[in-house]
Amino acid sequence: MTDLTNTGATQGEKIDTGQQRQARITGGVLLGLAVFTVFVFGFDAAGDATFRLSRPRDPFALPNLVVPSGPFLYIAAAVLAFLGARQFVRGGTRWTALSLGIGLAVLVAAFLVWATAGKAFSLTGMLQATMVRAVPIALGGLAGVLCERVAVINIAIEGMLLAGAFTGALMGSLIGGWGGLLSAVVIGGLFGFILAALVVTYRMDQIIAGVVINLFVLGLTSYVTSQVFAEHRFLNNAPVFRAWKVPVLGDLPVIGPVFFNQNIFVYGALVLVATATYYLFHTRSGLRARSVGEHPRAADTLGINVYRTRYIHVTLGGMVAGFGGAWFTLGSVGRFDENMTGGRGFIGLAAMIFGRWHPVGALMAALVFGFADSLQQKLALLNTPIPSEFLAMSPYIATIIVVAGLIGRARAPAADGKPYVKE
Amino acid sequence: MSDRTNLDDVTAKLLERAAPGRTQFEDLVVVPVFAVIAALFLGALTMLATGVDLPTIGRSFIALGVGSFGSLNAISETLTAAAPLTLAGLGLAVGFRTGLFNIGAEGQIVVGGLAAVIVGFSLPGLPFAVLMPLCLLAGALVGAAYASIAGGLRAATGAHEVISTIMLNLISFRLLDYMLRRPWVQKIGRDDPISKSVPENAELPKLLDWIDPNLRVHAGIFLVLIAVFVVYWLLFRSKIGFEFRASGANPDAARYAGMHSKLIIVAAMATAGALAGLAGANQVLGVLGRATPGFSSGIGFDAIALALLGRSHPVGVLLAGLLFGALEAGGRQMQVDAGVSIDLIGIIQALIIVFIAAPLLVRAIFPWGFRKPVNKAGGRS
Repeated sequence: MTDLTNTGATQGEKIDTGQQRQARITGGVLLGLAVFTVFVFGFDAAGDATFRLSRPRDPFALPNLVVPSGPFLYIAAAVLAFLGARQFVRGGTRWTALSLGIGLAVLVAAFLVWATAGKAFSLTGMLQATMVRAVPIALGGLAGVLCERVAVINIAIEGMLLAGAFTGALMGSLIGGWGGLLSAVVIGGLFGFILAALVVTYRMDQIIAGVVINLFVLGLTSYVTSQVFAEHRFLNNAPVFRAWKVPVLGDLPVIGPVFFNQNIFVYGALVLVATATYYLFHTRSGLRARSVGEHPRAADTLGINVYRTRYIHVTLGGMVAGFGGAWFTLGSVGRFDENMTGGRGFIGLAAMIFGRWHPVGALMAALVFGFADSLQQKLALLNTPIPSEFLAMSPYIATIIVVAGLIGRARAPAADGKPYVKE
Repeated sequence: MSDRTNLDDVTAKLLERAAPGRTQFEDLVVVPVFAVIAALFLGALTMLATGVDLPTIGRSFIALGVGSFGSLNAISETLTAAAPLTLAGLGLAVGFRTGLFNIGAEGQIVVGGLAAVIVGFSLPGLPFAVLMPLCLLAGALVGAAYASIAGGLRAATGAHEVISTIMLNLISFRLLDYMLRRPWVQKIGRDDPISKSVPENAELPKLLDWIDPNLRVHAGIFLVLIAVFVVYWLLFRSKIGFEFRASGANPDAARYAGMHSKLIIVAAMATAGALAGLAGANQVLGVLGRATPGFSSGIGFDAIALALLGRSHPVGVLLAGLLFGALEAGGRQMQVDAGVSIDLIGIIQALIIVFIAAPLLVRAIFPWGFRKPVNKAGGRS
């Protein structure tokens, strides 16, 4: 992650050609998607797609959203073709990322309409699941943002999530849900502190340190699970935080179930993202933290304690990841299984880069992953001809496309990954 | 304090230049030995903490030793486990030397192994001398092609390889699930995802089955030795290897010297992918005989640790591979004999890497093992 900018972008005259090439690539991709939409989706589209927005018993029930699938798909293809042709011909440097984003959104909408044509489908239910599934990824991404903004690459998010999940289950079983949650946060912070100690004080390679923490946590939690939990099941039976409905707001259609009738982890993630954004970009200490990530020597000269700043933020990042880890046990099933995070930490890392090292960006990227995740589950019910494995792949492919398309503009903190030696 | 540290560093560097023999010996032999000892000791403490009594701990360490090197069968198991780890580790080492952090070995193993299986059962009529190498080649080529996606994206658009290889890993798992359910891949008469078996004339021949049919060591170990030699030659004796290392050490300098940085990235990723694909082919042709979901079983992730442990040097990777293979084989014995979960091995592996990667830590724990003036920790850590 040390050199994320396009190598050509450092030389003045190459900026334009690089961006133009990217615009052309993006335009080509969008045109291809338009053709795809017409030929794959458009041909066998028949009937109306019905999206259920409310349940019948809701206080403010909305009528179902009915979309005629044929016309919608052709309009979607036209929009894609327009965006693509515009990029391809004009090579607009400002609109590349936005066009790609709009294009992918249109494609997803077209896909949903095509898959639902002639059937009915609960849109609100899927959005609610999206929110829930995005939580650990968003918190992992936020942990990454906090660390990388002070120039510490955190590959160990996966391990920290796993540690949080494990601690949540163990301590939750012993002293109850809130105690478990608190312990998970503390243990996450502990691993953050260890990472900071290894990379700041001992100047170990940051990637190696992260890999080691992942391996260690995976080994330790798997070992205890099979050695201790298998015999003493009461140690792995934690209470689960149920959804808590915000009065009035929770009754609103669509928005209510998605944002205001969730468990503490969803609320926590939203609050943490908002807090982190305010802290990093609107407070004095946030500015100092970012300066440590961009130019530690200058920050040091100005009297900022680089080492202490890094320790504090990496530990904070670990605490956020520990909270996110507790979601796996205290937020969903109450029981720890070996390697139950299943790579979510790495996806969080991708979400962070996808979200351009910004808390809100990371949350948005996490929502995209969560959306694809829940989409895949719901579509199994709709019986589409596309194999579910390919649906499961789609967010990963989209990530690759987006990272490849956008990366010329996304920039990591300048000192990211470099140890700082005080003179 | 800061000045002291700096001065110590300078002293250490000067001494290192003046008397390389001793420090290299310390770095290459003393640190790893102490690292293993410290990791095993902490592993014992972990067992104590989880309520395992002392005699059982003793028994489990004996089992660890016996299970890894104590008998012909144990050595066979160690070598069998070490082979794919070493192959994948060599690939990652090439990447690290080029400054590429390839997390994608796991996915490259999956697609490489899958390709080898498919070629194997699709062409059962071919003689052994043609089919077996063809399967290996298919694994290597597909692995290389798969890794080149990440390399090509990095070169063309600057997409970071950590993200793209992680995504390619996840894609490969889904792809494997999908392929294993295709009628022409799935084993006939089975509902679960499992591929047809590799015909006998595509398998890597067992080496010692004339002594005991249970000895699983196979010709893949020769493949490993060849790969170690080839990677050594590639990295340290060939022009392209020099370019790999130059762009890894200093990409800017390499570019100013007229090297084609983009081509180098793709070539290095392809080499890494070919070796990982070979590891996958080695696993399906030598041990498993078929592809199942999750047949890669984390080899690609362990290989990251292994390449770091071997300091991205082919011989170091080979030794690290043997160590990890021994721990794997011994760990299985430990689980059977002493009833201690094999997951303990994961903890020990992680601890070994911590101590190796942070020599300051080992020097702080075992101060008497090192010459005093070279103590980079400055005696304070």
